[in-house]
Formats: sequence, C-alpha cells, structure tokens
Amino acid sequence: MTAPREDWPERERGARSGPWLSVGGSGMPDLPAPSEASVPHGSGASRRAVASGTAGAPGRSGDRIVVPPADFASYYGRPILKAPVWKRDIPSYLFSGGLASGSALLAAGARITGAPRLRAFTRVTSLAALGASTYFLINDLGRPQRFHHMLRVAKPTSPMSMGTWILVGFGPAAGVAAVSELAPWLPRRGPLGLLRRALPISGDVAGYTAAAFAPALATYTGVLLADTAVPSWHDAYPQLPFVFAGSALVASAGAALLGVPVGEAAPARRLALAGAAVEMAGGHRLERMGLTSEPYRTGRAGRLLRAGRFLLAAGAAGALLGHRNRVVSALSGALLVASSLAVRFGVFEAGLVSARDPKYTVVPQRERHARRAATPTGGPAAPGG
Amino acid sequence: MSTAHEKLAGPVDPATDAGYVEPPPRMGFFTDTSVCIGCKACEVACKEWNLVPESGYDLLGMSYDNTGALTANSWRHVAFVEQPRRTGAHEAPYAQSPTGPPVSPVTAEIGAITRADTGTKPGLPTSTEPGAAARMAGGPEFLGMPSASLPGQRGPEERGELRWLMMSDVCKHCTHAACLDVCPTGSLFRTEFGTVVVQEDICNGCGYCIPACPYGVIDQRRGDGRAWKCTLCYDRIGAGRTPACAQACPTESIQYGQLEHLRQRAAARVEQLHAAGVTEARLYGHDPDDGVGGDGAFFLLLDDPEVYGLPPDPVVTTRDLPSMWRWAGAAALAMATAAVVAFLPGPL
Amino acid sequence: MAEAHPVGFQWVMEAKARGAKLIHVDPRFTRTSAMADVYVPIRAGTDIAFLGGIVNYILENELDFREYVVAYTNAATIVSDEYRDTEELDGLFSGYDPDTASYETSSWQYRGSERDGGSHDTGTERDTAAGLRHESHGPPVGPDVMRDETLRHPRCVYQILKRHYARYTPEMVERVCGIPREKFEEVARAWTENSGRERTTALVYSVGWTQHTVGVQYIRTGAIIQLLLGNVGRPGGGIIALRGHASIQGSTDVPTLFNLLPGYLPMPHHANHDTFEKWVDSIRHPGQKGFWNNARSYAVSLLKSYWGDSATPENDFCYGHMPRMTGDHGTYQTVLNMIDGKVKGYFLLGQNPAVGSAHARAQRLGLANLDFLVVRDLFLIESATFWQNSPEIETGEIVPEECRTEVFFLPAASHVEKEGTFTQTQRLLQWREKAVEPPGDARSELWFFYHLGRILRDRLSSSRLPRDRAILELKWDYPTHGPNAEPSAEAVLREINGYEWATGRPLSSYAEMKDDGSTTGGCWIYCGVYKDGVNQAARRKPGREQNWVAGEWGWAWPADRRLLYNRASADPQGRPWSERKAYVWWDAEAGRWTGHDVPDFEPTKPPDYRPPEGASGVEALAGDDPFIMQGDGKGWLYAPAGGVDGPLPTHYEPAESPVRNPLYGQQANPARKIYDRPDNPMNPSPPHPHTEVFPYIFTIARLTEHHTAGGMSRNVRHLAELQPEMFMEVSPELARERGLSHLGWAHVVTSRSAIDAKVLVTDRVAPLRIEDRVIHQIWLPYHWGYQGLTRGGSANDLFGIVLDPNVLIQESKVGTCDVRAGRRPIGAALLEYVADYRRRAGIADNYHQRVVTTDTAESARAAGGPSPESGTAGEAGGTGGDGTGEGQG
Repeated sequence: MTAPREDWPERERGARSGPWLSVGGSGMPDLPAPSEASVPHGSGASRRAVASGTAGAPGRSGDRIVVPPADFASYYGRPILKAPVWKRDIPSYLFSGGLASGSALLAAGARITGAPRLRAFTRVTSLAALGASTYFLINDLGRPQRFHHMLRVAKPTSPMSMGTWILVGFGPAAGVAAVSELAPWLPRRGPLGLLRRALPISGDVAGYTAAAFAPALATYTGVLLADTAVPSWHDAYPQLPFVFAGSALVASAGAALLGVPVGEAAPARRLALAGAAVEMAGGHRLERMGLTSEPYRTGRAGRLLRAGRFLLAAGAAGALLGHRNRVVSALSGALLVASSLAVRFGVFEAGLVSARDPKYTVVPQRERHARRAATPTGGPAAPGG
Repeated sequence: MSTAHEKLAGPVDPATDAGYVEPPPRMGFFTDTSVCIGCKACEVACKEWNLVPESGYDLLGMSYDNTGALTANSWRHVAFVEQPRRTGAHEAPYAQSPTGPPVSPVTAEIGAITRADTGTKPGLPTSTEPGAAARMAGGPEFLGMPSASLPGQRGPEERGELRWLMMSDVCKHCTHAACLDVCPTGSLFRTEFGTVVVQEDICNGCGYCIPACPYGVIDQRRGDGRAWKCTLCYDRIGAGRTPACAQACPTESIQYGQLEHLRQRAAARVEQLHAAGVTEARLYGHDPDDGVGGDGAFFLLLDDPEVYGLPPDPVVTTRDLPSMWRWAGAAALAMATAAVVAFLPGPL
Repeated sequence: MAEAHPVGFQWVMEAKARGAKLIHVDPRFTRTSAMADVYVPIRAGTDIAFLGGIVNYILENELDFREYVVAYTNAATIVSDEYRDTEELDGLFSGYDPDTASYETSSWQYRGSERDGGSHDTGTERDTAAGLRHESHGPPVGPDVMRDETLRHPRCVYQILKRHYARYTPEMVERVCGIPREKFEEVARAWTENSGRERTTALVYSVGWTQHTVGVQYIRTGAIIQLLLGNVGRPGGGIIALRGHASIQGSTDVPTLFNLLPGYLPMPHHANHDTFEKWVDSIRHPGQKGFWNNARSYAVSLLKSYWGDSATPENDFCYGHMPRMTGDHGTYQTVLNMIDGKVKGYFLLGQNPAVGSAHARAQRLGLANLDFLVVRDLFLIESATFWQNSPEIETGEIVPEECRTEVFFLPAASHVEKEGTFTQTQRLLQWREKAVEPPGDARSELWFFYHLGRILRDRLSSSRLPRDRAILELKWDYPTHGPNAEPSAEAVLREINGYEWATGRPLSSYAEMKDDGSTTGGCWIYCGVYKDGVNQAARRKPGREQNWVAGEWGWAWPADRRLLYNRASADPQGRPWSERKAYVWWDAEAGRWTGHDVPDFEPTKPPDYRPPEGASGVEALAGDDPFIMQGDGKGWLYAPAGGVDGPLPTHYEPAESPVRNPLYGQQANPARKIYDRPDNPMNPSPPHPHTEVFPYIFTIARLTEHHTAGGMSRNVRHLAELQPEMFMEVSPELARERGLSHLGWAHVVTSRSAIDAKVLVTDRVAPLRIEDRVIHQIWLPYHWGYQGLTRGGSANDLFGIVLDPNVLIQESKVGTCDVRAGRRPIGAALLEYVADYRRRAGIADNYHQRVVTTDTAESARAAGGPSPESGTAGEAGGTGGDGTGEGQG
C-alpha cells in the first residue's frame, strides 16, 4: 500500500532537482509518472487496476518528491519510537477524570459552606464523570476482559498502576457521596428510614474522602503521559501536572455553572479563574521547551490548544460579567468545559506527532550528546563510542 | 532520593536489583554488524521458534529490507542501508566505471514513504521526514544536492564508492527497562538472566510499554491486543540452549553469551577493526553508564546509530520519575489551594 | 556466495577474520561484495577473457610453479603438428566442420597419437553430452607420449598455451570485460602471490558458471590456472563447485542424467555399443594407463546389481536389457519433442521447469502436450498447475478445457522426513536421519520408485514379451518397514556399495570388484561406503577428536580419500613441497605412502617407479604420475580429448551479446548446441544487424531469501514475506535512459517473451565501458511464478534454449533484452508485442541462426556463397525427465 501523496509535506527542494533525480522518479517533470508510464499498447485498464492494487510499493512512486534535505539522519525517515496506540478514550479519560476530581472538590466545599444545590450537582457530576472514566479506561485496553489484571500489583514506577489505586480510593467514595443525595426521597419510617438518616453522614464522610483523593486523581495523569519516551510529553513533565490540574478545575467549574443557579455558583466562578491561572502557568511554559514544543504550537495539536485558550478566556470572562444572568453563566460554563476538552486532546495529539517524527527523537538527543561531549567531566559516554 | 535514582538509572545488576538471590550471570547479545551478511536467518529462526505470525507481503524498496522495523510480528529486523561511502580500506567498487552520481539518497526517500500492513499497531508507519532518509543514504556529507561531492568520488558526476550496511536489530533488554517499569499489570518482568519478558497470559494490552520504550521496540499485535517483543528465547536459555537467532546466524554476527564476556569480546573487536583501518567502527549500548544503564543486547556499528534507526542517546524515562511525582505533588497542592480559595468569602 | 550459500560463507568470513583478502567478481554488487575487500564488476559472459588474462599474466611473468608444472602437468607434452590454434583460424580450432558445426579432433592429439585417439564424430558426442562421462577420470589418450621438459619445444603444450593466451592482455581484459586494468592486475597479483610451495589458493565457483554455452571451458580455464600455480592435489587448493542444491554431486555420481550410468559409466549407444565387449572396451580403452583399465569389473558388477541371478557370463550379464541412447535425450530436446507431440508421459521430481528451466514458456507448452504428467513435490508448483493459470492461459495458447495432459500430483516427503545420504561438492557422503514422519500422503522418492517398480512387475508378471524381461528379471528386493512399507535406505546403500554375490560380504574397495559376476556394485566409485557392513557415511566423530583432515566424518569417494590426486601434495621424490603444506608423503623406511589423508595413489608404489615397456593399466602409471585417473597420469593444461569444443578455453561471446567478439572473427562458441526452430528464436548478435533492438544485457541469479524456482520458499510464509515480489535491479544510469522509477513498473522483453516486475534502481548495479561503449546490465531474480503465496513473472521465460556442447547445460546466465517502463501487454497483445520485436530485429520466422562468423565465412557470404547453418535438432527421444535443469546457482 502506498502513502497517498497528500500524506506528506509539500515543501520546496529546488536545489535538489538535478536531471539525475528523474531516476527514482523524484524529479524531471518531463518524465511521465512511471507506474502507469508508457504502458505498451494492449495493456488494459483492468490490468492497471491490478497494478495499483498490488501491495507494497507506491503505485505513484513516480510523483515528484518535494522535501527539504533534513539536517539529521534516520533509517528511511521512519519513526524511531513507537507512537502510543491509545485511542480517543485516553484524552477523553483525561477530561472526565479531571471533571470527576474537580467536582469532588467543589462538592466538599459546597458541603462546608452549605450550598446544597451546588453540593448535590457536583456530587452527581463527579460520579457520572467517574463512570465515564472507568468506561474509557477499560474500553481502551487491548484485552478489556482482563482489566482486573491492573489490580495484581501496585507499582510506584508505573503511573498507570498508581492511577488505578487512586481511582480505587476515589471511586467508591464519590459513589457513596452521590448516592447520599437520594436521602430526601426515602421514606421516613422503616429500615429505609434508618438509611435516610444514615446516608447524609456517610455521604459527607465519603465526600471528604473523595475530595482528599481528587487532587491526586487530577494530576497523576500528567505523570502518566510524561513517563514515556514521547519527546513532547516527557520534556513537559514539570508542566503537564499543572496544565491538567488547572484544566480539571476549569472543567468542573464550567459544569457547575451549567447546572447550578447563579446564586450558589460563586465558588465555581472563582474556581474557574483559579483553574485558568494554574493551567496558564503550566501551558505557558509548555510552548517554550525548544524543539519539542513545536508540536504544541503547530498542526492540529496547535489549533486545539489555541482553541482551548480562547475558550478559556471567553468562558472566564463570560462567567464574571454574566454572573447575574443564568443563561450567560451557563453558556460560559459550556465554554469552560469545551476548553478543557480541547486542551486534553491538544496535549495528547502533540505527543503523537512528536513520537511519529524522528526529528524530535534524534535532534534533541544529538544536542544533549554534544553538550555532554563539550563538558570535560563528560557524564555518560558518547553514543556508539 | 539518590537511592531511588540509583534504582531507576545508573549501573546495577538488573537481576539482583529485581530481587533475585544469587542469580545466574546476566546473558545477552552482541551483534557485530561488520560481519552481518543480511541473510535474515535470524528473522526466520526467531519466527519459527517463537511462532510469530508473518508481517506482510510488501515490497518496501528500502534496499533488501522488506520487514521495515521491529514489530510485534518481527522480533528480529535486519536493516539494509546503501551508501555511496567507503568502509575502512575497501577499494572503490566503481572506480573508472562510466557511472553518474549516486541514487541511494533518492531511492531511500521513496522507500521511506512505502507502507506495510504488519498486522500490528503502530507497526510500520510511513515517514514524515523523507529528507532524513536521504541523509541516511547519503551520509553526513550529503547536502541534498547532486553536486555534493562524496568521499571517494572523482567528480560531481561520478560515483565510485559504495558500501552496503546490514544490521540485525532486536530488543535491547535494557538494564533499566522503561517498558517493565511502567507496566501496570506486572506482565513484563525481569528474568533471572537479567532479560525482560512479556507474560502473554497477564498482559491486558494497556499499551503503556509501547511509548515508554526509548528504542521503539515493543509493539501491539492487532486482533490479539497484547504487546509482544523478543524474549531472548527465555524458554531456550532456561534450558541452557542458545537463542534461535544466534543459533541460526552463519557468520557469528549475532553472538550470545554472558554479557561480561561479550563486552570484552566487543572491545577487542573494535580495536581489531580500528587497526584494520575501519575507524568508523563503534560500540552502541555497551556502556553501563549510559541513559539506560547499558543494554543486554548491544551492537558494533559502522555509522551513527540513527542511520540504523537507533536513538543516538536513549534515556530511560523513569530516571526522571521522582521529580515527575514531585511536580505532580506541587500541582495537586496548587489545585487544593485553588479550591480552598474559591470558597473563601469574597466578591462575585 | 553470501547470497546463494550463506551457510558456507561462514568459512569465508572466518578466513577473513584471520586476515584473508576477499575478492569478489560479479556483474552486480551482492551481499558477498558487501563483505569483500575488492569488488570487481564484470560483463556477464566474459569470464574466459578474464581468466585467460590471468593465465597470460602467469605465463608472461613466469609465475607458474615450474617444478610442479613440469612434473605433474602435460605442459611438456608435444602436440600433433596437425593442430591449428584459434589464433591461426580466427577463432576456430583445426578439424571444424561447418556442416555439422562440430569438430573432428584427431588433429588435437598428442604427437604420435593422432590415429588411435580423438573422436571423429563430436556431433554425436555432443548430442549425448559425452563430456560428462569424464568427470571421474580422464578421456583416452595413447600410452606413450613425447615430452620436452625444457618446455622450449614450439609444439609443447606450454608454448601452445603461451601463444594461445598471448593476446589476453590487461588491455584486452578491460576492453572485453569492462574491468579497469589496475583492478585486474590486483586480482592477478593476489592469486599468484598466494600460490606456490608455501601457499595455495582455492577456486570456488557456483553453478552459475556452468550455465553458459562455454560453461565447461570456464571451469577448464580455472583448472589451467590452478595447475599452473600448483594448486591441485594440495591442501587449501583445488576447484570447488558450490552446487545448486543439496546432493547435486550425488545425482551425477548416481546420475539422474540420460547419458550416464552410476560411477560415470556411459549409457550404451545403439550404434556404437551393440555388444557388451564393444561397450566395455569403449570405456577401458585397452592398453591405456590408469585405473579406468578395470572398467570391465565395474560394469559387470553394476549389471549384476541390476539383474542378480539372471545376469550370467553366458548372457553378457543381461547387457541386452540395457536401454540404448539414440541421440540427444536431454531435458531441452525432450521438451521440444513434447511440443512436437513425440512424448507421451513425463515424471517431474523435485524440479519445477515451468519456472526454473530456460525458455520456461516452451517448458509449459511442452507439458501441456502430454498424455500424462506425474509431479512429486512438497507444494503444488507451477509445473502441476500450468494448465489452469500459466501466462499461456492469458494468451489463449493453452485452453484448460482442451489441455490434454492428465496431471497426477503426488505429495513428496522433504529431506527431514526421510533418511538417506547427501553427497556434497567435496564428494563427501553424509548420512541423514529422518527427523519427523512425512505428513499425510507425502512419501519419499525411495518409497515411490520401489513400490512403482514392484507394482509394474506385478502387472507384467504374466507377460512373455522379450521387452518386459528387463523389468521382470530386475533384482528388486529391498526390505521395507513401518506402516507405509518404507524401503530401507541402508539396504540401498549396501547395494550401491556392492558385495560378494556368494557370501553377501560387503566389498571394502572397488579393487575387490571382479568381472566374472562374483561381485555386485551399484556404483563402483562409492564402493567402500558400506565397508565391513558399517554405514561409513553415518560417521560423525567431532573434528576436535581427530586430525584436521577429519577423515572419520562421513565418507568420501573414491576409497574415502578426502583430497583427490593428493599424491601431488608431495614433490616428485615424494617429499612434501613444504612443511606448511605437508599432506601425504613417501615413507622410505616403511616403503609406503603416508600422511594426514588416505593417499590417492597405490600405497606401496615408490616415487621412482617407472613402468616396464608396454605396460598398461595401473602398472603403467609412474611413481610420479599423481593424476591416476588421467590417461597419461598428468594434469591437463591442454585437453587433447574429452571436450568437444576445443582443447583450450577460448573467449567466445555469449550466444546473445550486444558486443562483437574483440578477439576473433568467430563470435560465439562454434560447437554450441542450438535448436534452430521458430519456437526457439535467438536475439541477434553481431555481426548480424539490428542488435540495437535488444541493447541491454540481463543476467539472473538467486536471492538468499528464496530457493531456485521458489517451490520451497514462495510457499513458506516466513520466507515469502522477506522478498515478497518479483523485481529487477537497474543502474541509475539505465533508469535515467529508460525513464524507470524506483518501485515503478517496468517490463523486460526478449524475442521469446516479456515479463514485468517492480524496478529497484540501485547503486549496486553500474554500467560498464566496453570498447568505448557504455553497456548496461539488468539483474533479475528467477524465483517467481504464477503459483504460491507471492507471485510474479518468471525470468526464465526470457531465455531461449542454447546449450554447452559438452554437458548440454543451458545458457541461462546471460542474454540480451530491451527494458521499458510500465507493465507488459497482456493476452494476445503480448504475442503481437513480442512478434513485433522479432520483426524489428530481423529474426522473423524464416530466419536461421548463423554459427560460423569468421572473417573467411563473412567474405564467403559476401561472395554469395552458402552460409553454414546449423543442423536440425537431434532425433526424437523417449520419455522421462532428467535432472539437468534448474541448477541456477
């Protein structure tokens, strides 16, 4: 199978179009495209179909190759790293997990400051988001029916293992907290009556427990991505936890603004601002790491992250200015939620790009090696002596 | 934190580090690419012994390499690189032949965009940097222009030199293996021989090991969902046998044995080659002080690592894990603080 | 070698590790070249010019191992005054007859032997590939010859050799082969400097060398160099053929060839051998020197093995039952006979001619014109499915509904599923155990033939017809075992070894064979492999537990001698040439030959022994005649007999070449075997016009990843994926000239057919400068066909049939072609496309190939004289596939 021409970059390489480039079909416009070139009389269209159907070689290999000579080498330009095989489930989980944790924090605050509707809504949101997270995580596995193998070990060196246990702590608590909101609907007498009296207390305990786990749940995902060989993720390990923490707060605040009357939503508005600050602190530096920042600025990832920032600004502004208007407030909440979603997918996408392009693997490592060679004390020896 | 750092990086014996009491000597591969004849017997022997599926019938145009990369369905991969360059004291093959400039850089660019369905993920994606392929085939002197005169050439319009690099790649069985560190199920484990093996009955296909590997070795088999890679024939070496690939290698390019002995042999071989004028010979992955604590499978190369598709200066990602957790802690704290602040009485 | 023999190549790498310099001469830069210190590109089909240049280099600079040459070769022998060299006759030797395109060779003889030696009918010898019969021993020459050990006599072999190769200068090598002078001289220097008293050089070639119209002469040239440098019969020397596949040596020793019987006894010819005595005398040549003199015993023992009790002195040991040759029954003649409807049935075993034999198109058309075809193979191969999916279905030349051939496909057991022996190039027999039972209905060849014979005998049991006696009286009684009644391979080995008829005691040496019917022997040269009732081929004593010759590993013919003619490893006085190269020597005290190996010489014949007057046979061999199978006990630099195309190798262009022969007016081998018929056209070569229609040279070979015609590799997933598609390798320069693109499609055209393939443009192929012209070469693998996991065009479709006259092996390593971008036409359009090429090349149907192209012949033509044309193809042959096909190395 052939990579469609569109697959790869159209850039100038004027310097390289000597006549000899016609061999390999990468030059000389005066030459016909080779694969179907000068097919002798009698060769039918059906045969062509067969030709283009054959696997392996590019049926259109003759098309002009337009790339600039790279200033680094790699084996046929193929990626050195294997890009993550994670599907959309993972960025979706980054979002839903953040939403769950942020909401848990809001719920706890609401309980303390006595905002029942905020408390009820965020507790339910937290549980719903948690449910979604569990689905995403299991659905992404190559062998979903083996999800419980995650519980075989607890490894500090494996952020995914740590995350599993954080979820194990957070999940039940968030669940009980949400269920406790059903208490008012239970009968006053009988065994259920007992439950009706017991629920609120246990709900509060559970709510505080969930809140205790919440910050870990929101930030470990930063380590999850950073603890890989993916250049743009690994280099960003100081920033990603902040970006994700902030994004979690923004998402949960946005959700609250959507579901809670403006009267009780003041903490959500403040949280949105605080979250924005935290996220910006990380995101700002994300784009100043050198070569491995490029994926955060360019392409689809760049667009998503820019969109995320715009939505965040718009949402925050809307929340402030429209804090007396239920509709405006809800709209800005939606913008904030969308912002968080965009950021998660943007960061994820940037990682994939940096893993697929050998440039982000070879060039920084070459520079690092050169620096080490420069320092007399050396450190690790030169690659390949 | 230094002890933890020691555990996550730096020179250690992986088996003892993993808790084995008086383990057998660490075993590994030394692959001497200067004597590899590219027969691919290693690829076939490995697949036959380990019952690895085929990885696609696609003509890739990457010289004689139709495998393309290490994948879940190819645990040995023989790389082929054609370069208009000189190896050691070789005679120029085409001196005085009526040749034009070399084509290797251009054909490499075309090879770079072919694709094979290896039946795995991510398998063998097409290149986003065909220019890097040209640089690989042209050598560091290659300036991307036909008039760039290459070593051994008499003039801009003539090619004289040619060398054909071949190299059998394999899992490096790192001293500090990121794939093993990040595996959340314990499916990846350290054997008593210091090698790294996936337990197929445990792996649930979470895919974390795949982006963790700094060499891009481990890969996921489509349909099957699990991650697969070289086991250094754990079943064979456990029975005192040589791994299938090394057993099949006719020229002893792939040498199996105690890592200590292999390192001594490799050092001697490099000296021998340097004395013979092959000054470009260098070892790769042999150094216990490198970013992964040294490889269990290391190589003798005749060009820069990246020319063979190897990272020039790999580092095990978990080396930075402690500070990652510290940053995460700080972020968590910031998050909690933000929440508290949000509920303090104030405006809005 | 790294490409086709990677396992054997490990020893080359080991030598390299010990400091050996590796030189590789090949039209294309292969995996071997990648390891070589020096790579020498050469134009395909010009090896004699290259090697002849080295001969000239040796003689010019007097670098030969003179003492060895004088004592052990026929350098000093005086040749008949009637002999005329190619230098005098513009590329022909004396005795050439244009009408039969063959030689009358009495003028090639040694002086004084003109009358009693030589062949007066090499035409017949060519049809019966007579050259093959001399593999184990020299052809006849007179008993006493004249010698001038000063080597000054103008008619002595040494001087003739010198004159013959005088024009093979470095400049000429450069003009003919395209090899730069410095490169050539570097090779010549390396070879000569590494030969002599202290050092020896081995020459290793792969069977690709044989697949030329001058294939035998290629190897003769190598032999001349090795003899001049004293590299024969000495450790580390010799000429080693890397055969096309396992036990090809074995299948010539116990032949799968139409013209030979086991041990290189000739198959009787109906005209020349009508009686037993005539047949035997034609082998032993009464009065001749050497071991061949005992041929009668070998022949009688063979017949006794065949017909046992029925074979008696009274009935000439059933000689009457032996089949007779009537002419050329080689693979290619047989295939053409099939096309002509003269063949009824065909057996194919371990061979896939529809892909693997030259002119594969003709092979398929022939297979499609039989009554029945039996194919035994591991996989369903092209030769069994041609009737339903060959390219000829597309063109309408074969119509499945109408194809009359009834195909029987029988699954065969692989080499790990059956026991037996392999004989490798060193003549070493190694026993092979059965590792696993064959799956399903798969059976061994042994099982197949034994039970086929048994059933045939049952069917004929009631017959009284004389013609059936041969089968009914056969000794056909091998013990069987197991659920499938598998015959015992050891019993067969015992039969091959031979035994005393009365007692059944296995013979220990062919010297024990009698000519009175008291002994049997299935293959006299293998006699001793079952010595003492022990399977000597199964010996596996590790090398570290014995001396470096490792005489206790397997068994080598003849008489377990590991190194043939090893008497030559000692000087005429019987002392080692040097301590470093000591191998066998004369132990004066013990009065016998001794050393590291079994002496290939009479153990007690002293070095100073001189034969009495009028002696013949073994006793006529002097104590310093190491080449005991040669008629005169000498190594032959000059071959007065044996070859049918000349006593000395001479550079002829391949039958198809874009280049005019720069050395002689005679363009190609004048004695080559051609089949001049419309369905076997040849591309024009100079001096014929229109050679520009097929301007390029193509050559084919193997890839490491595949095996011959691909039957055993294209059907195996793990091999097929390594080279998944047919391709061609072209140089950047040719790609530019023809607008070909890397991985784009292109097709190669010859006057036979056209095939398409993906293009690999690579720096590993380079153009050559020949005679101030730039010559492009194309390389193709020949593994693909229309069956199996990966499919593609068969390179052998491109070749026509033209053969080496000595052994009838096809020229399938070089031809001329055109190459065009894009895919070939399909269906009827393909036939028209190729026909158009023939028209443009001026070789349309009524064209006949011209064999003689010397200037005299040219002028004769100009004067309107009759142009000598080839005789027609040989007579109709019988059935049966022989094994000369599919040896591309």
